[in-house]
Amino acid sequence: MDVKKIRELFSKELVVINMGLESFADNLRKEDVKVLPMDWKPPAGGNKRLIALLEKLGR
Amino acid sequence: MKKILVRKNAYYDSVFLMLATKALKQRPGIKEAVVAMGTEVNLGLLKEIGLFSGETESAKPNDLVIAIEGETEEAVEEACRIAEEALKKRSHGGGGEKEEYRPVSLEGALKIIPEANLVVISVPGMYAAREARRALNKGLHVMLFSDHVSVEEEVELKETAVERGLLMMGPDCGTAILNGKPLCFANVVRRGPIGLVAASGSGLQEVSCCIDRMGGGISQAIGTGGRDLQDQRVRGRMMLMGIEALKHDPETRVIVVISKPPAEELAAKVLSKLEDTGKPCVVHFLGPKALGRRGSVRFSGNMEEAAAMAVALSRGEEYHRSCLSLSEAEASRVAEAEVNRMASEQRYVRGLFAGGTLAIEAMVLFEEEGFKILSNVRKEPGRVLKSPHRSEGHAIVDLGDDVFTLGRPHPMIDPSLREERIAKEAADPETALLLLDVVLGYGAHEDPCGALAESVSKAKGQVAGRGGYLSIIASITGTEKDFQNMAEQKKKLESAGCLVMPSNYQASVLALHVMRKVASKWM
Amino acid sequence: MKAKIEEANQEAVSRIQRAKPTLVDVSTAGEAIPGMKKNMILHAGPPVTWERMCGPMRGAVIGGMILEGFARNMQEAEALAASGKVLFDSCHHHSSVGPMAGVVTWSMPVWVLENKTFGNRAYCTLNEGLGKVLRYGAFSEEVIARLRWMAEDLAPALKKALLRHGAIDMKSLIAQALQMGDEGHNRNRAGTSLFIREIAPDLVMLDESREKIAKILTFIHGNDHFFLNLTMPTCKCTVDAAASIEGCSVVTTMARNGTEFGIRVSGLGDQWFTGPAGMVEGLYLPGFSAKDAAPDIGDSVITETAGIGGFAMAAAPAIVKFVGGSARDAVRYTQQMYEITVAENDTYQIPTLDFRGTPTGIDLLKVVETGILPAINTGIAHKEPGIGMVGAGLVHPPENCFHDALEAFAEKYGK
Repeated sequence: MDVKKIRELFSKELVVINMGLESFADNLRKEDVKVLPMDWKPPAGGNKRLIALLEKLGR
Repeated sequence: MKKILVRKNAYYDSVFLMLATKALKQRPGIKEAVVAMGTEVNLGLLKEIGLFSGETESAKPNDLVIAIEGETEEAVEEACRIAEEALKKRSHGGGGEKEEYRPVSLEGALKIIPEANLVVISVPGMYAAREARRALNKGLHVMLFSDHVSVEEEVELKETAVERGLLMMGPDCGTAILNGKPLCFANVVRRGPIGLVAASGSGLQEVSCCIDRMGGGISQAIGTGGRDLQDQRVRGRMMLMGIEALKHDPETRVIVVISKPPAEELAAKVLSKLEDTGKPCVVHFLGPKALGRRGSVRFSGNMEEAAAMAVALSRGEEYHRSCLSLSEAEASRVAEAEVNRMASEQRYVRGLFAGGTLAIEAMVLFEEEGFKILSNVRKEPGRVLKSPHRSEGHAIVDLGDDVFTLGRPHPMIDPSLREERIAKEAADPETALLLLDVVLGYGAHEDPCGALAESVSKAKGQVAGRGGYLSIIASITGTEKDFQNMAEQKKKLESAGCLVMPSNYQASVLALHVMRKVASKWM
Repeated sequence: MKAKIEEANQEAVSRIQRAKPTLVDVSTAGEAIPGMKKNMILHAGPPVTWERMCGPMRGAVIGGMILEGFARNMQEAEALAASGKVLFDSCHHHSSVGPMAGVVTWSMPVWVLENKTFGNRAYCTLNEGLGKVLRYGAFSEEVIARLRWMAEDLAPALKKALLRHGAIDMKSLIAQALQMGDEGHNRNRAGTSLFIREIAPDLVMLDESREKIAKILTFIHGNDHFFLNLTMPTCKCTVDAAASIEGCSVVTTMARNGTEFGIRVSGLGDQWFTGPAGMVEGLYLPGFSAKDAAPDIGDSVITETAGIGGFAMAAAPAIVKFVGGSARDAVRYTQQMYEITVAENDTYQIPTLDFRGTPTGIDLLKVVETGILPAINTGIAHKEPGIGMVGAGLVHPPENCFHDALEAFAEKYGK
């Protein structure tokens, strides 16, 4: 169980990508955390067939 | 008078939509309102309540549907206008020219900040595992707030994470504190040498706040998600990884583990791992006490005690049973005063909790004292509330449970769920005592006690009107650094006649005093 | 499979980056274009039959027939077109591209571009100017006369001047134009100016009268979009080198014929995936409005396919007012395009984005996944043949093209 990367995370500044509820990004900003809020939406417009096709291709 | 609008390709997150729906419903002259994405489930719902049109028939999951039914055309038009304004403000984060670009894909995000090291994921469950997997494959640590992720997916994610040496906190991980920064639902807590690994969000919040109150501090607080130690297939992978990480963290000198009791084999693994760290450890497996020690590992009897033990250890001291803020004598006096004004029918305690773990702690303490508690989170026969919406006998309800939160924001975000339940309990002549938890910090409502205080006053007034007295005890989980202003929050509740205790444990202890007196009064 | 696709896409983008599109000659369709026949009329977009052609394209076809002498007027031309005696085919099937109706006939002069790195060539007619011109479906005597002048005077002079000058590195010119406010599709003023600068001395030194040379220079100068007919084949020969790579999901063709929008994907070879042509959203010249607009038409979207045009919108402040009004909007569209492309161009840079390379190599999979469709800056033609450009703005391909292409791609390469 190699925890080198976690130790790295603990020793650096958090740089966060926020995927989902925007309030989480807002709150992180208030705490001076560097955060990039995403404009996330369901992949392929939520179209199940297309998502299945993408998964067939390894995405 | 109905009006239905469909906005193509306009995705908004669930919390925003629920709050928007609620705001519209409350408007004068509005009978029904729904602001939701055009998913199959939602479209079916709209059909059921008669709010659909030709346009909604062809709406897709990424299309937004605004459906309003009102008494007059003006009311409906006004509501529509307000809805569209709120959506417009939201769609670009409200910013103007300076607003940064918000990427749609993770890869797009990484092109903008390639130095990112953590992804916080709170998207709908059906997409969550896929996004988490991709984040891990890009070498990023993950906090997975989303729930409704399958066990199979969780196992796969955690295996990948362990393989790559990354944190995979969740699914259903609502709380973490990394590098002193609160993530999702978390409090602003002093930095210090105590590291936490918790399978419970509200548990992590309670313990970290108690640690802060006692003058101690947190190095890192890692969340594992609720199933990590509970489901055999997940095998505590993240708990073990978290412990290993804290073992090697020079800033961590004491380790605290919080979880519901795992199966014996898994518990043994966890304990053995903790001993292996060479650092003093405190374990709190919620449930009937298992006090004592096992090598360098100590067990606590309640969450506040876990905090007290950890703080003592971090100071190189031995733990002595902490002082309660009320002595036995004082507590007894307070309880007496509460019970004296009660009517003879009042005999039951009703715990209404937003934090699942806080509910369990209260439940455990009451059961240890011989009370039979019914709940919506129990599975054992004889302990299950027939209907989670109606309390019977002594009941402790977890209002954050799925059955309450489907389609509604969690009670920590929106107090109205609990307000409704308080009114119900106040209407029940057999209710003697309400036991509540209030959680502050990021993610929680900006003024939980403001709303609650009103409810409390109303409820007490209602019972007084019948000639009785409703006792209400609450705990506040928070620190004075949280944005809600803890001191003011406490004052609001106290002004409404609520007794406020500094921890869930102490609130439960005081509640027990009250209920013992109630029981003996009617012997 | 994911790794294979990534590898193939990297190969495609590498070829695009290594392209050396070079203007080598001015010739005629009959002489230069592979597979061209005397009775063949090439057109923009995916294959389309006479019956399904839109107004402007029909007008252009009629004009082309009159130019070649197949017909003397509209009635004869229409009868001939419907007869089957004339062969219609996509420019793209003949290494060519054409703006708007994109009609190419045997005798028309064409630019000859060669991708020096890979040896493949691309062709495009010379731009006639604005207003009542063939590519907007006009076929009046004036139009025919101008086409004849271009074939008899303009093209031969340019051919000789080019020979004198030597081949022109188009990548370099376009890179400069992008840093002067052009984007290569809807805004070409800088490129046209750079071209005149390049070729003028050689034109002047030809053994021709001053009046003739002046007329040529005036002609080019009076047409801000002259350079478009050079950016298009430049992009065509650049992207063509990345076609037909096994397992590659990069889009190598986008084109419209006014009836349908079509795309082709590298790993799916020559197969077209089409959908209904869209309506452009934009601003109109005084006196015109949306009800006058023809559907989206032309091969000029090959510029976006190669990473300029709408994909370099942030480089063209003049385009801004057509796409929403603020510089922020133009920048945002470009930023969105980074999410659906494989790489950043190593030659075409955008000054306002800190000289970041333009989004290059549209990935079919990313388009479907993100729901972001390529943004296209384009002119709007009047729906009646022969009136000309009535506005300009922004348009997207129909998403079903990409969905259909994904089905085929997954069928072929999915496990």
